[in-house]
Formats: sequence, structure tokens, C-alpha cells
Amino acid sequence: MNVIKAENLTKRFGNFTAVDAISFEVKKGEIFGFLGANGAGKTTAMRMLCGLSSPTSGRGEVAGFDIEKQSEKIKSSIGYMSQKFSLYGDLKVYENIRLFAGIYGMPEKKIKVRTDELLEKLGFQKERNTLVKSLPLGWKQKLSFSVAVFHDPQIVFLDEPTGGVDPSARRQFWEMIYEASSRGITVFVTTHYMDEAEYCHRVSIMVDGKIEVLDSPSNLKKIYSAASMDEVFHRMARKAVRNET
Amino acid sequence: MIKYLIEKEFKQIFRNRFLPRLILGFPCITLLLMPWAANFEVKNINISIVDNDHSSCSRRLADKIVSSGYFKLIDIAENYAAALENIELDSSDVILEIPDNFESDLTVTDKGASLMISSNAVNGTKGALSASYLAGIIRDFSAELRRENPSPQSAFIPVINIIPQYRFNPNLDYKIFMVPALMVMLLTMLCGFLPALNIVGEKEAGTMEQINVTPVKKHIFILAKLIPYWVIGFFILTLGFGIAFFVYSLMPAGSFLTIYVFSSIYVLIVSGFGLVISNYSKTMQQGMFVMYFFILILILISGMFTPVNSMPWWAKIITVLNPLKYFIEVMRSVYLMGSGFTDLFIQFIALCVFAVIFNVWAVLSYSKKS
Repeated sequence: MNVIKAENLTKRFGNFTAVDAISFEVKKGEIFGFLGANGAGKTTAMRMLCGLSSPTSGRGEVAGFDIEKQSEKIKSSIGYMSQKFSLYGDLKVYENIRLFAGIYGMPEKKIKVRTDELLEKLGFQKERNTLVKSLPLGWKQKLSFSVAVFHDPQIVFLDEPTGGVDPSARRQFWEMIYEASSRGITVFVTTHYMDEAEYCHRVSIMVDGKIEVLDSPSNLKKIYSAASMDEVFHRMARKAVRNET
Repeated sequence: MIKYLIEKEFKQIFRNRFLPRLILGFPCITLLLMPWAANFEVKNINISIVDNDHSSCSRRLADKIVSSGYFKLIDIAENYAAALENIELDSSDVILEIPDNFESDLTVTDKGASLMISSNAVNGTKGALSASYLAGIIRDFSAELRRENPSPQSAFIPVINIIPQYRFNPNLDYKIFMVPALMVMLLTMLCGFLPALNIVGEKEAGTMEQINVTPVKKHIFILAKLIPYWVIGFFILTLGFGIAFFVYSLMPAGSFLTIYVFSSIYVLIVSGFGLVISNYSKTMQQGMFVMYFFILILILISGMFTPVNSMPWWAKIITVLNPLKYFIEVMRSVYLMGSGFTDLFIQFIALCVFAVIFNVWAVLSYSKKS
């Protein structure tokens, strides 16, 4: 079953075609890596899927809803973690969890129980009453992710979730992604760390707004007779003519 | 859902290091200082008297002028030219020239005397007011003289005495006029600027996007932004009532209820207006300047400082579209005249229309998509 479908999805800003008629499908429960160099159009494509931006042409479906007409319905079945940390810095850890869980309509009692569970799992019990802005970056990202999946969405969209953190924190972060995936949450993740691409079930590589390849990491390595995803990526990225923006 | 959003807004306001102090300090400073400073009463007028008569009568007039409290005698000049020099040096504002034979004309020959008042009208209002104060004192003086020496002739001259009675503000105390208007200004500034900056701040911080990707309804989000400022508006108003009573012994002649009802509509108008601006602004700077532009114009043509009736026709048309104008009318008439709901029906309708327009606009202009 496909939970994300895109057909010729296109976004233009003036003369600039940020996303150029991409088509792909993501299966339920999959960890889907959405790769591409900076400025390839990953974030724009993801924002369209999340209902934050309207496509110029083409259509898409997320969780069975049309991204153009039913974007508000999509929003209750997805979680989203943006590239820029965007929880409320002036709210405490548990307050951020409570706020977003409340917005998604989770009942008060359930929020309490689940918050305690989550804080224990993350080892954040001591930070429960810490203002989020004073947490270290790696912790902030873990918290952002946990908030994004707190309401058990069908799909979670992660936009470069591990930018700027050290390898061990990245590793822990991927453990959390796997754990969410095992709960049946489909994970749609953009990254430009190629070692992370290896963790994905399937990956697509975007170049200049188009999807160049889409397959599992092992198949891609076979096709391009490359030792790692890094090598595959470099061959693809070389085709880019668009300047980094 | 809205409960969580409102809770968040309040936590953010109280956790801010600056906002609670602003919300408390701004009304106190404005209401404690401004009525004394922003005052149209003309006092301490410097006067030069050219006394050509040197009589007891002319001295008595001079004493009377000084003892009125409005005038400060700068000098008794030799002649008019010397007095004019004082005006040119800006050390004097008015000249009163008393002709020779002043006393004898008045008391002996009984043919009446003429005095000349010359007033510096660089500041038109002050010039005109000084001259009319002075004329008033002189009129008083002549009445005094008449009572003292009732000449057989003057007894038959009918005199028209005009005794002005200033209703609702008997002593023409400018402070009483300003305090209600200042409360309006406070509500406008605080409840307009704060929400305007709030949403733009969220846009800049990126938290707006996180909210936009949730299923929160547009009107719920806007309402959650409005309600805290509504509460703050009530707080400011109550604080204002307190200061008006304890410092200026000013109690509304009308009912508190009327003021609270109108204020609650008014706060919705300005907060809604602030939210509209924030929806169209990408940065704090932009939001701030656009807001400032509108607030400045709205305050200046609201009738707060200058009466609407004396504005040119085009400005009067703008005032019809100015919610501030209606609310200032309401505040002044309830505070000073004791007007009730039935007297303020037009204002009530006008304010309700503004409230609906701005808040619907705020919801419509808030787009969860970019």
C-alpha cells in the first residue's frame, strides 16, 4: 500500500523550477531517503507533500488525501520536523510536548502518561522543566523528532534532521527512526549524509529538481558498481548544472 | 485544542523578561506623567507692562494681572519700543500698554479708557489665549471699578455680563479631558503592537511553520492569539481606572460596565488589526513600521489632541474610518458626561463593524500555505 504518491509534482517560483515534475511512491512502513545536493529541491518537494506549499502543477496524495484539496486532513496524519529547529525555545521540554500533543487532539490524561514514558525513554527526566532553548543541539533534535511522532502519525517527514550534530548523536537519532518505523510509522527523510542513506529501505536522488534514480541502496550500488552510496551520489550530483542556491 | 494554545501564549508572555514590565510600566508612566506634560493650558505667560500713567489705578491693574497666576511680570517698560524688544528677544509674550491719564479718564472725567494688548502670535494658540486671558482680567478690573465708584451716569448704562458655565469639566481642567483619551491610546499601543509583533516573531523563529503543519484551524489559532491581549487590555483598563481615581480623583460619571463592554470590543479591533499587519509582514521590522505608520495617523486624526470638527473635510472623512475616534468619543462621554448605551448606539455599531472586519480579515489573511 502506498502512503505517498506524487505524479508530475512541480513547483515554480517565477522562472525558476524548483521541483520539476517528480513522480514517486512511498510504501507504508518504509524508510524512504530523499537525497539530493543543496538546492536540488528536496525541501520544496517535502513542503508540498506536507501541505505547507501548493504545487504549481501535478498532483500528490499523502495518507490517501489530495495534497492540494485536502491538505488540512493530511496534517492530522503526519508529523513534520523542519530543517531549522522549531519548537518553542521559551517553553519547557514537557510544555512543548503538551502543546503539540494538545493541538493534535490527544486527550489530557494520555498526554501525561505518554510524556512520562517519552522522557524516561529519552533519559530526559531531569530536563523535564528545562527551557528548550537551553538544550544542546543534539538533544533538541531528539526532542523535535519525538514531538513529531508523539501523536502516532502515519507518516513522519524529516528535513535534514541530523544536520550539525556529531556522529554518535546521529547514530542514536537513527535508532529512534528505526524504532518509529517498527511502530508502523512511514519515514520520509531528506539528508545529505550518505552513510545515513545506507540505512534507508529505498532512496531517491534528486538532481536539479528532478528525481534521477530511485531504488534500494543495495540495488543502486549494484547498478553503478559502486562500493558505497557516497560514490553513487557523487556520480549523480556531477550531472547538476544548477548552481547551489 | 485552543486551551493549549492560549496556555502557551500566556506562558510566553510571562516568561518574556520585557513584556510584563512593559504591560505594567507603560500605563503607569503614561497616566502619571502625560496628563501633566501634554497639557494645552497656557500658564506662565511673560508680560511686559508699559505704564505711561504711573497712577495707583494702573498699579492696581498690574497687581491684579500678576496675582491671576497666569502671568509673570517681566518688566515695567519705559515705552512701547522697549517692551517690543523684550518680545523680539522672546523674554516676553504679551505687552500691555496703559495710556497716560488712565486713572483720570476712568474716575474723574468718566469718559472711559483704552488699553492696548499686543500678543506674540508665533505660537498662535498661546498668543490668542494670552490676549483673551488678559482681556478677561481687564474686564473684571473695570467691573470692580464700576462697583467702587458708581457714577450717576454709568448707573444707567446697561452692562451685559457673560458668565460662562463649563459643563462636565467646570474648571476646564485639561487633565480630566486627557486621562480617558490616554487610556484609549494605551489600549491601542499595547493591544495593537504586541500581537502584531507576536506572529511575525513566530515566523522569524520558524515555530510558525511547525504550527502550520499541524491540523490547527485558522480561526482557532487567531483566537488563541487574540484572547491573551484581550485579557491584557482589561488589566490595563482596570489599572487606568485605579490611577485615574487615586491620582486625579476621576471617577467615570457613567457606568464601568459601559466602558468595559466598549473596551472589550475595541481591544478586539486593535488586536485584530495588529494580527492583519503581522500576517502580511515577513519581518519584525516591517511589521513594526507598518503598524507605527497606521497608529500614528489614527491617533493624530482621532480627535484626541485636536477636535475633529475643526479638521478639513478630507480629514473628517478619514476619521469616519478611524475606530479610535469612536472609542475616544465613548470614553470621554462616559467618563465626563455619564453617557449610557443608548447615547452611544452609533459608536457601538461602528466599533462592532470594525471588530468583525478586522478579525475576519485576520483569519482570512493568515495562510497556512506559502
